[in-house]
Amino acid sequence: MTAGAGREVGAELPRSNGSQPVFGFQGVGVTFGEARVLHALDVDVPASGVTVVLGRSGSGKSTMTRLCNRLLDPTAGVVRFRGVDVSSLDVLALRRAVGMVFQRPTVFAGTVADNLAASGVTDRTSHARMLDRVGLDARMLAHDAATLSGGESQRVCLGRALLMQPQVLVADEPTASLDEPATRELETLACAATADGVPVLWVTHDLAQFDRIADHGVVLGEGTVIAAGSADSLRTTPGGIDALLGGGAPDPAASDPRVRREES
Amino acid sequence: MDGPVQLLGVAASGLLVALAVGLSAWAGLGLQRSLVAAALRALVQLALLGLVLTAILAPGRPSALSWLWVAVMIGFAGWTVHRRVPSVPRLGWLAAAAFTAAAAVTLGVLFGAGVFPVDATTIVPLAGLMVGNTMTATVLLSRRVLAEFTDKRLEIEARLALAQPSAQAASPYLREALRTALIPQIETTKAVGIIFLPGAMVGLLLAGTSPSQAVQVQLVVMYLILGSVAVTTTIVALGLRHMLFTPAHQLRTTLASTR
Repeated sequence: MTAGAGREVGAELPRSNGSQPVFGFQGVGVTFGEARVLHALDVDVPASGVTVVLGRSGSGKSTMTRLCNRLLDPTAGVVRFRGVDVSSLDVLALRRAVGMVFQRPTVFAGTVADNLAASGVTDRTSHARMLDRVGLDARMLAHDAATLSGGESQRVCLGRALLMQPQVLVADEPTASLDEPATRELETLACAATADGVPVLWVTHDLAQFDRIADHGVVLGEGTVIAAGSADSLRTTPGGIDALLGGGAPDPAASDPRVRREES
Repeated sequence: MDGPVQLLGVAASGLLVALAVGLSAWAGLGLQRSLVAAALRALVQLALLGLVLTAILAPGRPSALSWLWVAVMIGFAGWTVHRRVPSVPRLGWLAAAAFTAAAAVTLGVLFGAGVFPVDATTIVPLAGLMVGNTMTATVLLSRRVLAEFTDKRLEIEARLALAQPSAQAASPYLREALRTALIPQIETTKAVGIIFLPGAMVGLLLAGTSPSQAVQVQLVVMYLILGSVAVTTTIVALGLRHMLFTPAHQLRTTLASTR
């Protein structure tokens, strides 16, 4: 393993110390067999506010989120959580610290309460309070999760992640399958975490969404960083973000079904 | 030959294969070659088995020979499982280990309780029945586990992301696969005697054993199979779980592949 700062595996999770980035990617590469999904990724995710990763389909942005909680390990480079190589941390402790919401609402079989309990927090009071936090009625706890709408499901998934009291929230295109009102509500609910000092890393291909929620931005293209900085600085680059995204430039990954599947 | 079936009788039953071939040709199924090949293969395999059993079962032979034959059967069954589910490396070894454990448990109970005497005439047939049935269940289970892990990959990763250890994250899906693998065996056990007469019993009746004896043997055999299928599938499920995750509680993408 690479520079783990000499820490033993299972080292204590680092806490926030203000200016330290919540995630740091240094020379990160990911390849699946022949397919190069990320390469030479060098970027820091600030420890406050909403950082939006913007990229086209196949740019590797979904893969980038999976590195944050070690659902995936990079094939090159180092991913750091608050300055510490994630591979040197206790992986389950890391995952408790990194709340994650996926692209598709993935509710589990059972009731809404069962879904919330999957976070490890099982008491009813916390469940009811969390439903309220994500804008759902506490009476829904007993509902079969399979009967929820897409928007409700995704809010349960958000609530499930927040119950772990994570230090950071990672959202991988969480509104991709939602309609406009549900999208806006989820944006508001998720980004509210920043008020509690929980930074949000939010992946999207939607420029309008970037404009609505981003404090900081990372523009990805073909598996590496094209630009990063404050949302305002990105908006004022010559030609705007559209130019950074590369207009009608051909996207080699878009023809790779493996990559497209992952992103769809 | 001192049984009820003579060699001439076997040849006569071959006419039935010819009938099946004729029907295949008439209906344009194109299965004639496969039918003949399967029938010939069965003939050769059973003839070889007959030779081996004659050698092993001869009076005065040590029972170690029978156990050796059991080991060969287990090895062959493991290899068959590997061939039928080739995407999981080392599955054959896992299956063979599971068959061995199931044989130890179930034959241990039957022989330990004195249900059958321990000799070549009981070791080989009982182990053969056990291995044959558990092999089918193992293939079914392995395919089911892979399908569950492919279909439910997003759910499993969502559970991992909620800091569930891999064993916990996998458990609902393994349980489902185990149920699928065990239910046919349970259905067979329930239907026995009403819908079909099982092979062992048919054999005993044809060989002139009294029906009550045949029934008792068949019951023991069914329970043996039920027990060994449960033991084997549980071991294989736990082994597969171990293979499908990395030590860092990550789903291995190469096996349950949906990338």
